[in-house]
Amino acid sequence: MSKGKNQQGITGPDSVLGPGVPAPYFKLRSTQSLRPEHETGAPGAPAPDSKLQTLPPDQFISLSELRGRPVILAFYPADWSPVCGDQMVLYNELLPEFQRFNAALLGISVDGYWSHLAFARDRKLRFPLLSDFEPTGAVASSYGAYRRLDGISERALFVIDADGTIRWSYLSPLDVNPGAEGILDALEALVSKREVAA
Amino acid sequence: MTQARMIRAKLAVPISEERDHVRGPRAAPVTLVEYGDYECPYCGQAYSVVKELEIRAGNLMRFVFRNFPLTTVHPHAERAAEAAEAAGAQGKFWEMHDLLFENQQALEDEDLLEYAALVGLDIPRFVREMREGRYLNRTREDFLSGARSGVNGTPTIFINGLRHDGPRDLATLMTAIDKAAREGRR
Repeated sequence: MSKGKNQQGITGPDSVLGPGVPAPYFKLRSTQSLRPEHETGAPGAPAPDSKLQTLPPDQFISLSELRGRPVILAFYPADWSPVCGDQMVLYNELLPEFQRFNAALLGISVDGYWSHLAFARDRKLRFPLLSDFEPTGAVASSYGAYRRLDGISERALFVIDADGTIRWSYLSPLDVNPGAEGILDALEALVSKREVAA
Repeated sequence: MTQARMIRAKLAVPISEERDHVRGPRAAPVTLVEYGDYECPYCGQAYSVVKELEIRAGNLMRFVFRNFPLTTVHPHAERAAEAAEAAGAQGKFWEMHDLLFENQQALEDEDLLEYAALVGLDIPRFVREMREGRYLNRTREDFLSGARSGVNGTPTIFINGLRHDGPRDLATLMTAIDKAAREGRR
């Protein structure tokens, strides 16, 4: 893959971090923990609703605890906006597919914990939503995905490999749901690269 | 301003006359594929539009339906999709497809059974296959092929293999179909 190009071969925007760059560190408040039994509604996992109700609002997820597995970061502008809903709902349906790649999916916006929790419950999301809330948009900024004038993050996707390096990124127009094919292609590319190396 | 660029998504799995549910003239220059969900209200709207399109487009268009059930927000969508596939196994896919979209508010298991009777299915076979989840893999395959093709919500429409990103009203779609027919790739 040539530098500055994403998986589709389209030159990425300058503002968003591209492939080959170490993923900026973060530690953010989350609606869910990432313990394996919580992730994809695996057999025997507690129902999403009851789980969310019992979780205290001081759950944090940091990027470093995810070393050793691919991470999908999905920055989105806001809970409740129509496109975001569809996008997160789509990714929720694809969790078993992401799990095949042992990938962790994290949704990130500047919304606070309680908004995230209500949104996750309403849409029955089985993956963590992280609050890039204080200072607002700091993590989005570090990925080049913050719209300072609007106070919201871009609709931007990152696939980070097991060593913490960004392997693919994509900036979507704000009002367009980018779908999942770019993520799936990027995860597949990680696997084939590993197979070549092995 | 964002410097984002659009990816014009393409159908990842080509139409198969054997596997897919195809309605309309086989030699039509335009194929319209819908990835849809029987419980999704926007798919209900698209259903009426597609019916009208099929009349207006005449020999220009054939229609293909693939399943894209968003199961967590539409709890009845997966069972409804399986019911349509079960009907398809008995040669009655489109009859069931139409009934489901015309009765989106009533998709409980007993409703599905009633529709199975209405379209004249072998009921013991239908009940057995639904209980076994015989068509679960098939609907999942459709879902994944959609995800690989850039389906980003329901309904998503492809016209001659390219995702249609604009409005889905009758006039817009008819224009897109005419255009695709003139361009002549399929």
